[in-house]
Amino acid sequence: MLDSKIPQGPLEQKWTNYKKTAKLVNPANRKKLDVIVVGTGLAGSSIAASLGEMGYHVKSFCFQDSPRRAHSVAAQGGVNAAKNYKNDGDSVYRMFVDTLKGGDFRAREANVYRMAECSLNLIDQAVAQGVPFGREYGGYLNNRSFGGVQVSRTFYARGQTGQQLLLGAYQALMRQVGKNTVQLFSRHEMLDLVIIDGKARGIIVRNLDTGEIERHSAHAVVLATGGYGKIYYLSTLAMGCNGSAIWRAHKKGALMASPSWIQVHPTSLPQSGDYQSKLTLMSESLRNDGRIWVPLKENETRPSNDIPENERDYYLERRYPAFGNLAPRDISSRAAKERIDTGFGIGPLKNAVYLDFSKAIREQGKEKIQEKYGNLFDMYLKITGYDAYKEPMMISPSAHFSMGGLWVDYELMTTIPGLFALGEANFADHGANRLGANSLLQASVDGYFIAPYTIANYLSNEIHTGKISTEDPAFEKAENAVKQQIEDLINIKGTKTVDHYHKTLGKLLYDYCGLARNKEGLKYAIEEIQKLKAEFYKNVRVSGHGNNMNTELEKAGRVADYFEIGELMCYDALTRNESCGAHFREEYQTPDGEALRNDSEFQFISAWAWTGENQEPELIKEPLVFEEIQPTVRSYK
Amino acid sequence: MDLHLKIWRQKDKSTEGKLVNYDLKELNSHMSFLEMLDTLNEKLITEGEEPVEFDHDCREGICGQCGMMINGLAHGPLENTTTCQLHLRSFKDGETIVIEPFRAEAFPIKRDLKVDRSAFDRIISSGGFVSVNTGQAPDATAIAVTHQVAEEAFDSAACIGCGACVATCKNASAALFTSAKISHMALLPQGKEERSERVLKMVRQMDKELFGHCSNTEACEVECPQGISVLNIARMNYEYSRAMFFGKK
Ligand SMILES: Cc1cc2nc3c(=O)[nH]c(=O)nc-3n(C[C@H](O)[C@H](O)[C@H](O)COP(=O)(O)OP(=O)(O)OC[C@H]3O[C@@H](n4cnc5c(N)ncnc54)[C@H](O)[C@@H]3O)c2cc1C
Ligand code: SF4
Ligand code: FES
Repeated sequence: MLDSKIPQGPLEQKWTNYKKTAKLVNPANRKKLDVIVVGTGLAGSSIAASLGEMGYHVKSFCFQDSPRRAHSVAAQGGVNAAKNYKNDGDSVYRMFVDTLKGGDFRAREANVYRMAECSLNLIDQAVAQGVPFGREYGGYLNNRSFGGVQVSRTFYARGQTGQQLLLGAYQALMRQVGKNTVQLFSRHEMLDLVIIDGKARGIIVRNLDTGEIERHSAHAVVLATGGYGKIYYLSTLAMGCNGSAIWRAHKKGALMASPSWIQVHPTSLPQSGDYQSKLTLMSESLRNDGRIWVPLKENETRPSNDIPENERDYYLERRYPAFGNLAPRDISSRAAKERIDTGFGIGPLKNAVYLDFSKAIREQGKEKIQEKYGNLFDMYLKITGYDAYKEPMMISPSAHFSMGGLWVDYELMTTIPGLFALGEANFADHGANRLGANSLLQASVDGYFIAPYTIANYLSNEIHTGKISTEDPAFEKAENAVKQQIEDLINIKGTKTVDHYHKTLGKLLYDYCGLARNKEGLKYAIEEIQKLKAEFYKNVRVSGHGNNMNTELEKAGRVADYFEIGELMCYDALTRNESCGAHFREEYQTPDGEALRNDSEFQFISAWAWTGENQEPELIKEPLVFEEIQPTVRSYK
Repeated sequence: MDLHLKIWRQKDKSTEGKLVNYDLKELNSHMSFLEMLDTLNEKLITEGEEPVEFDHDCREGICGQCGMMINGLAHGPLENTTTCQLHLRSFKDGETIVIEPFRAEAFPIKRDLKVDRSAFDRIISSGGFVSVNTGQAPDATAIAVTHQVAEEAFDSAACIGCGACVATCKNASAALFTSAKISHMALLPQGKEERSERVLKMVRQMDKELFGHCSNTEACEVECPQGISVLNIARMNYEYSRAMFFGKK
C-alpha cells in the first residue's frame, strides 16, 4: 500500500532522473496557485522563499513573534556537506555511507544519497546569501570533523551555525514578503488540517495575539514544523517546540513513521532541580577536544581536580578505542547513562559525567580553546556559575531530536495528497539515529532543493482547480472542532497546571521510552499515559479565555497531543523487537551490552495509521531495500 | 531565597497598565529568571488568577524572543546576557525587582510583558538581504573572504533581534539593530553589490517605523546581549553618506 516512489535507475542517477522528468508549472500559471507553509525554520523559510521566488502565492505561518526565531536558530555545531575542501577523501558516496550506517540501516537509500548529493549546493547557497561561515586565513572555507565522522565535512559559523543559516533563509523569506509573493503570519498556530476530496486544501489557525480562529485555503500544504522532542519536557528544545501540527495531520489520515526514534544528546547540561524548564545543549563539537570521564570509585566525593589521573575512568576511550570521545551520540549517551545508573555519576544530583578540557588547554593553550569554544564556555558559566577553564564541565544526556515524524515518500509528500512534510517534521533520511550536523542540512535541502521540484510536480495537476473556497463545509467542520476543543479545555477548570501534566508525561517517557526500553516498561507506560490523559481532561486548569492572548491555552492543546504521541511512541517501541540506533531494547543486546539489530525481521519503516480515540494504532510496513551497500553491524570498538 | 516582584500588568494594547506586587518565597538561586516567572505563574494559576504573559522560547540566549526591563535595565543587571540566561544568583535575598516590558513607540505593548517587535521584520524586509534566488549559486570558495573579514561580518551578524537596544535607548532608536545587519552585509563580497540601495532602504524603513534617531549615547551597546558594537552605527552612517553622495556606485 505504501508507495515510496523511489525513481528507477542507479542510485547516483535517481535524483537527476527525477528532476529531468518532473512536471513543471508555467510561470504564468504559478500565481494562480496557493501554497501554505507552516513553519519558518530552515525547512519552512527556505521552501516559502523558494516558492515565492518562483512566483507561487505563498502563505507562511509560525507561532513565534518573528520567523527568525524558529528553533533552527538554536543549532550550534554545524552543517555537513561533502565538499572535500580538506582533500581528506570525502565524497557524496562516503557521506551517503556514513549517514546510512549512522542511521543503523533504517533509512531509505535513495533519500540518504540525495541528501548527500544536495549538500554540495547548500553551502554555495548559504554563502551567496551572506552566511559568514568560518574561514581559513587564506580566505577559503574552513570545516571540521564532527560527531563520529572521520573526515572534516562540517561547516560552521562559530557556535551559531543554525542561527546564521536561519538568518540567511529568513532574509530570503523577508525579501519575498517585501515583494508580496509571500504573506507572513507570525504568532499564528495551526490547529487543524482541512481535507477536501481526499486532498490537503487548507488549515485552521489561531491568531495567538487575538485568539481569533482563521481559515486559510491552498492547493498544497507544507508542514515544516520541526521536532517533538519537547514531549519529554526536559529536553534541549525550545519551550514552544511541539508535535501538534503533524499530529493533527496524522489524525486526518497522514501516517506517522518511526515515532519512537528520538535521539538523546550526550552533551547537555544536567538537571539541577524540579523547577527546571529545559536542558541546555553544549555543542557536541566540544567532544573534539574535551575528554569524558567519571571517577573510578563509586560515590566519589572529592572535587574533580583532586581526583588523580589513574583514578579516572575515561569510559568512552576505554570501550570504543577507535572513536573514543567522538563515539556516535546514541553510544555516548547510553554509555553515560550506564555509568550514572551504576553509581558513578557526578554533580549534586549524581546525574552527570565530566567533560574535561585540561589536557587540551595544556597542549593547545587557553587562547586556542577560547577561540574555538569561548561562547560555549561563557554560556556554561552563565547557566551553572562554574568556570570550565578551571574545572571540567558537567554534562548529561538529554532528549534532543526526533528522527520520527510524518511518513513521506521520495517526493516528501505524506499519505495525504497535497500535504508535504519537510525537515524534522518528516521521518526521512536519518534512520534510527541522526549524525551530528545532518539535520540543518536535511531541513535546508528539503526546502531549497528538493521540495521546489516535487511540489511543482504535484501542483502541475492543480492548474485548473481554481481558487479553493474557505466556505467549503470541510473548513466549517474543522473550525468548529477546533473551537470546541478550546472551549472544552478552558471549561475543565481543574486544579493542576498544564506544566504539571507535561512534566509527569515527560518523566514517564524518560523512564520507559527513553535511552533504554523494555517490553514490560513500555506496556506499563502505555497504561499510565492513558490514565494521565484521562486525568488531564478531568483536572487540568487552563486560566483565562479562548478569545485573547493565552499562553496556557496554547500549552494545553500541545500537551493534549503529546499524550497521544507518547502513547504511539510506546507502541512503536514495543513492536520493534530489536535494538537499532536510538532505540535500545534491553532484551536485545549483545553479551557486552551493545545494540543487537535484527535485519531479517525488522528491516522496515514502521508507519502508523490513526484508528480512533483510545484504539490501538495500525502498523503498516515499508520494507527497506538496500541495493548499494549491504547492512553491516555498526562497530565503534 | 525570597523575592518581592513588581510586575507590569496590562490587559491589552489599549487598556492602561500598572505595576502589581507579588511575593515569592524559598526560591532556588540556581533558577533562571524565566523559571522564577514560571514558578510565579504556577502559583497564580492554581490560585485562580491569570498568569503573567511574557515572551520566550529557546531559553538559551539565542532566539531573541525573551526580554524585559529588570530594575530599569534591558535583560537585567548582567552584561551581554539575555533574560533567559539570567539566574537568581545575580540578585540578593529579599530584593525587590521591578519587571516591565521593553518600551518604545515602535514596539506597542501586546499584553503584560509582551511587545510587538514586527517593525524589525519590516526593516529586514525592506532590504536586509542579498538578492540571490535559490538554485545555482556559484561555488562557495570561488570568492575568497579572509578570516578576519568573515569574523568581523559574523560579529555584526550575531544580533538576535531582541530589541534591548531600542528599549534602552532614550530615543528608542533602532540604529544598533539596523546597522548590525548593514555592516554584516556590507563587509562580505556577496553583499557589496547592493550596499547602497540596502542602507537607503533600511534607514528609510527604520524612520517610517517611528524609531527615534541615534544621538550616540552608546547605551545600546552596553545592554546588547550579543555585545554588538556601536562601530556598526558608524559604519551605517558611512554607508549612508556614501550612498547619498555616490548613489549606486
Ligand atoms: C539545541 C539544538 C542544537 C542543534 N544543533 C544542531 C547542529 O549543530 N547541527 C544540525 O544539523 N542540527 C542541529 N540541531 C537540530 C536542528 O536544529 C533541527 O533539526 C532543525 O533546525 C529543524 O529545522 P526545521 O526547519 O525542521 O524546524 P524548526 O526550525 O524547529 O522550525 C519549526 C517551525 O515550525 C513552526 N511551527 C511548529 N508548529 C507550528 C504550528 N502548529 N503552527 C504554526 N507554526 C508552527 C515554528 O514556529 C517554527 O517556525 C540542533 C537542535 C537543537 C535543539
Ligand atoms: S543589536 Fe543587540 S540589543 Fe539590539 S536587537 Fe541586536 S542583539 Fe538585541
Ligand atoms: S528565550 Fe531565546 S533568547 Fe531568551
